[in-house]
Amino acid sequence: MRPIRTALRTTAFRLALLYAGLFGASVLALLLFLYFASAGLIARQADETIEAEITGLAEHYRRRGLGGLVQVVIERAQRLPTSVYLLADPLRRPLAGNLDSWPEVGTGPEGWLEFSFEAATAEGRMTHRARARHLVLTGGFNLLVGRDIEELRLTVARITEALLWALALTAALALGGGLVMSRNALRRIEAINRTSREIMAGDLSRRVPLSGSGDELDELAANLNAMLAQIERLMTGLRQVTDNIAHDLRTPLSRMRARLEVALMQPAAAATYRQEIERTIAEAEALIATFNALLAIAEAEAGAEREAMERVDLAALVRDAADLYAPLAEEAGLAFSVRIAGEGELAVRGHRHLLSQALANLIDNAVKYTPRGGAVAVVAARGAAGIEVVVADTGPGIPEAERERVLGRFVRLEASRSTPGSGLGLSLAAAVAARHGARLRLEDNRPGLRAVLLFPPAPPAKALEGTPG
Amino acid sequence: MRDEESGTVRVLLIEDDREAAAYMARGLAEGGHVLAHAADGEEGLEMARAGGFDVLVVDRMLPGLDGLSLVRTLRAEGDATPVLFLSALGQVDDRVRGLRAGGDDYLVKPYAFAELLARIEALVRRRRPEQGTTRLVVGDLEMDLLAHRVTRAGVEIDLQPREFRLLQCLMRHAGQVVTRTMLLETVWDYHFDPQTNVIDVHISRLRAKIDRGFEVALLHTVRGAGYCLRAPD
Repeated sequence: MRPIRTALRTTAFRLALLYAGLFGASVLALLLFLYFASAGLIARQADETIEAEITGLAEHYRRRGLGGLVQVVIERAQRLPTSVYLLADPLRRPLAGNLDSWPEVGTGPEGWLEFSFEAATAEGRMTHRARARHLVLTGGFNLLVGRDIEELRLTVARITEALLWALALTAALALGGGLVMSRNALRRIEAINRTSREIMAGDLSRRVPLSGSGDELDELAANLNAMLAQIERLMTGLRQVTDNIAHDLRTPLSRMRARLEVALMQPAAAATYRQEIERTIAEAEALIATFNALLAIAEAEAGAEREAMERVDLAALVRDAADLYAPLAEEAGLAFSVRIAGEGELAVRGHRHLLSQALANLIDNAVKYTPRGGAVAVVAARGAAGIEVVVADTGPGIPEAERERVLGRFVRLEASRSTPGSGLGLSLAAAVAARHGARLRLEDNRPGLRAVLLFPPAPPAKALEGTPG
Repeated sequence: MRDEESGTVRVLLIEDDREAAAYMARGLAEGGHVLAHAADGEEGLEMARAGGFDVLVVDRMLPGLDGLSLVRTLRAEGDATPVLFLSALGQVDDRVRGLRAGGDDYLVKPYAFAELLARIEALVRRRRPEQGTTRLVVGDLEMDLLAHRVTRAGVEIDLQPREFRLLQCLMRHAGQVVTRTMLLETVWDYHFDPQTNVIDVHISRLRAKIDRGFEVALLHTVRGAGYCLRAPD
């Protein structure tokens, strides 16, 4: 039977077996103690009474002589049929007692011996076992006092039998319990396996059931569920980005196609065709730019390869980006300022190109959306909470309610088209920040937008290794 | 190999998209260049080994032998023909991998044809010995790389460090089209496309410094492509 075989192979069963073994050994020890405390005690008490009696008879012999002793032995032999008495001469010929002859067994070291004899019982004469004490009296006479231990033997046998049954029952219970335990564990593992199979078959919403006991299996199941939730979140994100790409590329693509179709419909001068084609190319370029931005966000989200992480001087990156945009800002009639405080101590571990792009996007955004006469200020400095790069402008800003959404993983592009200053650039910057364990915060510059990239103090190398992605 | 007189560039395109190859052939023919096409890696390797090309344009993902291995093989055999990778893989790390395999330049699909052409011409021109050059001259514009001095018609022009590098890049490629992307890559080491045309402002500032007040302009805008610094004929 396959399940049983499987059960025998499982860790749970092996553990159950081990517990059963330990349990069995404890019970065995307990039973042995009971045995010696019951059967052993009875035997010892029997021996003690025999010892006392034979000492008493020896005393009697000393005081009253052989005749007195014979009288007592005869009297007691008749009165106590379950006892054995025999007084014999130095040649062990019987003088008195209820044994016909001296038992043909040797005497043990302390004067004890066991032998069979013909006992007179209610059912007639029967062979019983006896245990007796042998004492040699002065004058060479031999005195034997014993007890019919047939009853005792039966009692001990009954006790032993009962204890053996108890032992067998214990073993059976332990084994059975172990099996049940392992079957129970197996059933729960099978539940996890079943869920896994269902998930692999495509149903990502499945979760492993918890037993509610809070044990290791529950912990495992909870962890699996957390992992599944994370995977589902990522999948949803992926679906969302696919939807966004589809939306944001389909619209301009159909516009492009319409433009070309209309151009083809009416015969026109070469110059007109040329113009239409040039417009179409410009549109294609915008399309490619959107596409690239979406991919860049996905790249930052999914995590650029860790090997590309290096020590990056933020001061230099900020200077480069500011340097690139300064002429543009001045051309746009903006007061553009750059301040880098703490030169040489603004290094982070990161991906140079992604960070450059994030910075360029923030500055690009600020320059693009700040009206003539405004100001754009870029500041990089080390603060209490870490390294801060701030890009502040005096543009229209972003309403507080919108800020969190604008930084969302894959912000809808409609929003970016209708709300100035909240393009894909910010989403990318946020994704890059997250990738570096940093945070992009949008604040009110009163008026304008203050974008703050905060890099917390360099985490220990291990923590950096642990960043997702 | 290259026909210096006519300026014709012989390009070997190793790319499995035949239609793209046909477009490229037509585009290159417009500029007086010649294109040979291999549709898979093995054929491409064979043709490249046969030699006779000024530049190889290699798609990274090819049937048979992939682009990276192909170029690695060529480089291992001592072939130093300039290689331009074309790839749909546009991440910075992909680019680094391409250059590490022995590529000289890396262009991400989809690209503008003008960009491709400018880069091909830049690559072919780069073969000229440049080492030890300490002075660049275009017409009456002179750049002293050691002293970091620029003069036009003997008059010193004061340039910011970045402007100096911008001009240096244009002077090295004098007579050729240099695209905005090429400038961003060379001068800023930026491998992404800033949405705004930031480069244009830099160029107009540079132009104001080197061309204003002179009868002949040296720095020209090439519509739909980029810029070209060239000496008057």
